[in-house]
Amino acid sequence: MKNEVKIHEVDPSLNNRRSFLKLSGLTLVTAGLVLAGCSDNDNDEEMDDTSLPGIRNGVFDLGSGDFGVLTYAYALEQLEADFYTKVVNATSFNATFNDTERQVLTDLYHHEVIHRDFFKAALSGALPDPSSQLLPSLAFNYGALNFNSRTEVLATAKALEDTGVAAYNGAGKLIKSPDYLVLAGKIVSVEARHASAIRSLINPNSKDFAGDDVINTSTGLDVAQDPSKILPIAGGFITTKFTAKYLP
Amino acid sequence: MNILKFIETFTDDSLMRSTGSRRDSFSQFGNIGKTLAYASIPFGLSAMANKALAKDITATPATPIGALQFALTLEYLENEFYAMALDSGVIPASENGGRDLKVFQQIAAHEADHVSFLIAGLGGTMSANFVPKPTFDFTVGGAFDPFGDYPTFLALAQAFEDTGVRAYKGQAGNLITTPDLLTAALQIHSVEARHASEVRRLRGLKGWISNDERGAGMPEATQAVYAGEGVTVQAGYNTATLFGAAAGSEAYDEPLATQQVVDIANLFIV
Repeated sequence: MKNEVKIHEVDPSLNNRRSFLKLSGLTLVTAGLVLAGCSDNDNDEEMDDTSLPGIRNGVFDLGSGDFGVLTYAYALEQLEADFYTKVVNATSFNATFNDTERQVLTDLYHHEVIHRDFFKAALSGALPDPSSQLLPSLAFNYGALNFNSRTEVLATAKALEDTGVAAYNGAGKLIKSPDYLVLAGKIVSVEARHASAIRSLINPNSKDFAGDDVINTSTGLDVAQDPSKILPIAGGFITTKFTAKYLP
Repeated sequence: MNILKFIETFTDDSLMRSTGSRRDSFSQFGNIGKTLAYASIPFGLSAMANKALAKDITATPATPIGALQFALTLEYLENEFYAMALDSGVIPASENGGRDLKVFQQIAAHEADHVSFLIAGLGGTMSANFVPKPTFDFTVGGAFDPFGDYPTFLALAQAFEDTGVRAYKGQAGNLITTPDLLTAALQIHSVEARHASEVRRLRGLKGWISNDERGAGMPEATQAVYAGEGVTVQAGYNTATLFGAAAGSEAYDEPLATQQVVDIANLFIV
């Protein structure tokens, strides 16, 4: 798919196309019709500037470049924020976790909600047309996960935080703007602090806070993964369909 | 040529004189006064402490190689600090289910790996880009006793790890043109953050930094490590709105500029 992408020449019709797509995003049926019309004329690869997030082929695509990476991060932060919101609001939260654990989980809830709302605000301010290009609020499903189970909640939190670290570590090289790179850096180290904290709660008297399962034992390097490796993992909890065709 | 260059070495004679004069300047305070005087000196903000040291490091250039050299010097510092602590026996082996020793053995292993990794990344010890290990004095002229007093060791460990997180973050922009090096630096950066979080918990603190607080029991001399951490506006978004300033600042770690880190490191370089 990526190989089919061509650099789009900027031309006046682009703006019209975007407006058209924005409207098409209102309903799937309309979008399908619009896309059918587009392919008749100039094919999918010329449909839009692929750096911009937005609906393509009836599905929201994260785009590429800085907007794509920020939108990708926004999706991951939506997942983390939603997860911890459910954790701290679970009926047996106070009985399931001790004081220390509740403090950690409440802090993580705060931090991740702040991250999510930050990305929403930052993208809304930076995208040329946020009404069509801002990733919508995603829906989530945690399957059989029992939010009143200490073991299950902490294991899921560990997976989410480690995944977050690997995702940001892998996405850094995709960012072109130094300012956005530093912003991602400001967040990833907090995700790593979280991962360490959750791992300590699970196995306190150990080296698991930076365990050999995540830190390479000869280089001392943490995990870094491309979006194409991360999204199938995170996607297990995300029910809203979206694509990342233009991210590696 | 080493891009990370050192201030021209003083003659032995002048080094002795400068060391002597620094000691003299504290003699009037006695031991308690000396400690207090040092405690009041923010890391690196003391012109006296810096000028008295002959082999201070200087800021590396804002290039990928400079960033790696800078990182290597910080890793030298951390690596030697933990190796000396493990050798000294200052870390309790049996308390907390042996937690402290397990933690610092793991951290020490990572820092040693980082040193080797960065040396290899710079082309090896024979490379023109290689920078040698400075000489460290973790007692800062006798003001600290990290290898005889465990709380002091823990306090410095926290300061070094939190500094490391901010230091790597500050180099990210210098690596933006070299994606592979940037990724590697990020992969070290998050390890330092995992370390920092755990060391802070060993000291009874949260794993994240609230406002610009160095935390209970940290010497005032370490405040430079936390200066500027209390930011609550990120790209125009007020992170304090939802849950207050502490949570908003905790959610983001702030970078330190090269010179700020150099100033901190130089307190421990002789």
